[in-house]
Amino acid sequence: MSFLEVKKVSRFFGGLAAIKDVSFEVRKGEILGLIGPNGAGKTTLFNVVNGFYHPSRGEVFFQNRKISGSKPHQICQRGIARTFQVVKPLQRMSVLDNVLASSFLRARDKNHANEIARESLEFTGLYHDREVISKGLPLGKRKRLEIARALATQPEVLLLDESFAGLNPAELDESIGIIRRIKDRGITIMIIEHHMKVIMAISDRIVVLNYGEKIAEGTPLEIRENPLVVEAYLGVSPSA
Amino acid sequence: MNRYVPFIALALLALVPLLGLNSYLMHILILVVMWSVIGMAWNLLSGYCGQVSFGHAAFFGVGAYTSGMLYSKLGISGWWGVPASVIVVTLFALVFGYICLRLRGPYFALATLAIGVILRIVAENLVSVTGGDLGIMIRERSWIEKTRYYYIILGIAAFSYLLVHQIIKSKLGYYFVAIREDQDAAESLGINTTLYKTIALCLSAVITGFAGAFYTNYMGYIDPKVVFALHDISIITIMVVMVGGVATFSGPIIGAIIMVVLAEAIRSIPLLGTAHHTLFGILLIVIIIFLPNGIVGDFAKLKKLAGFSRRRS
Repeated sequence: MSFLEVKKVSRFFGGLAAIKDVSFEVRKGEILGLIGPNGAGKTTLFNVVNGFYHPSRGEVFFQNRKISGSKPHQICQRGIARTFQVVKPLQRMSVLDNVLASSFLRARDKNHANEIARESLEFTGLYHDREVISKGLPLGKRKRLEIARALATQPEVLLLDESFAGLNPAELDESIGIIRRIKDRGITIMIIEHHMKVIMAISDRIVVLNYGEKIAEGTPLEIRENPLVVEAYLGVSPSA
Repeated sequence: MNRYVPFIALALLALVPLLGLNSYLMHILILVVMWSVIGMAWNLLSGYCGQVSFGHAAFFGVGAYTSGMLYSKLGISGWWGVPASVIVVTLFALVFGYICLRLRGPYFALATLAIGVILRIVAENLVSVTGGDLGIMIRERSWIEKTRYYYIILGIAAFSYLLVHQIIKSKLGYYFVAIREDQDAAESLGINTTLYKTIALCLSAVITGFAGAFYTNYMGYIDPKVVFALHDISIITIMVVMVGGVATFSGPIIGAIIMVVLAEAIRSIPLLGTAHHTLFGILLIVIIIFLPNGIVGDFAKLKKLAGFSRRRS
């Protein structure tokens, strides 16, 4: 059986299907890119995997156990952590306290929690900002704080929701480096991203959603040449 | 150095009765200590965990009535109410929390507002159980003199302070603040928000219940309008913490001193005395505008303000 499997998942809001009958697998240790035009249902899919939404139909399996229907904190305890597209730092807490709040999850005691938090901050290059109240962080660092916090729960799978949006080129390079190093640690990554250059460069495989349906799945090269994907992004060419 | 301040303060407070204060001053002192206990309890749930309660009178009243009814129904000393209130208040908080903690933000606040009023009306009408509007009178007062009451409430206060302090410095404390700052983020970090909100509610309720049980024994008389009062208990609880400093250790203590002394001072002014709630309302507005973090939280700002006005004069 597969590592993480999304099986025929649909999610309706009223009469609107945000995702329809989507199935795919995530293999252990890979980076899976999730792309699609605005409103394609990418974040909804994350919310289903992470437990904020229960699928209206279908199921999600992680390591052969069903996780759809569980609460987000239970899914996080199983080893799936996420970041948010709209960053949600614990505003009035310092950067260190933000990460501490999540590192307690797998820590034996406070010293251990401190150790995990420190490690995770050094990994994301935020250690020097640890005393800063997170409200005052610039966007680039807040995005990285999201990653640091998710890593501090010591996950097996990391769901990254647009961790690159709004970053300047220097920050972009830094974040790509961080993601590659997360992969090197053996953590599986599922990433939503609009930045095509980035997603093509770092993904092992890509799943494309459009209007809530999966229209393509494959390596970056296959995706780039898939006519359905080109159509979804650019529209139908008149000659076709 | 700062670590020892609470212990020094406790030692000094323990020596106060040796000054031979008259019984009115001792009464004020007891009220200050009692209000700081309630403030600390509210601070735990609403200040740290962010679940704002407008109904702490409910927990205060349940504690008070536990004590009162042990005396009136079972004929045993009302002081048994202090330990017994732990069980009764916890059960009550669990039921209330199960129903209401699924509400967020203002909706939870409104639910707490309702529970305080509901309990008052229930206590007024369940005459066979609570004695209704006549209340419960404890005929045999334990002591005439106030010193022992003072030490009992001081003990409760020291215990509460230590408890809150230890909790906030531990994993629980981080979880509470995380829930306050963003419940969805906390949930996605693996924090069982329902469980930890329930823990915060129960702890806060139990500490408030202690104060209520003490109140029954100290005052010797309770009735629904007094112990379930919205404006005299629930709202003053919030004011104590707002004035002193939300989510600070010493805020509730500073707030209790100011509120109790202020209440007594205003009440003693002829004509103006009956308007003390109006004046509290004005004070609250001033605090929210100028010192939103309270006196302790905005101490630096306060010092700057004082320095500024001195230079001008």
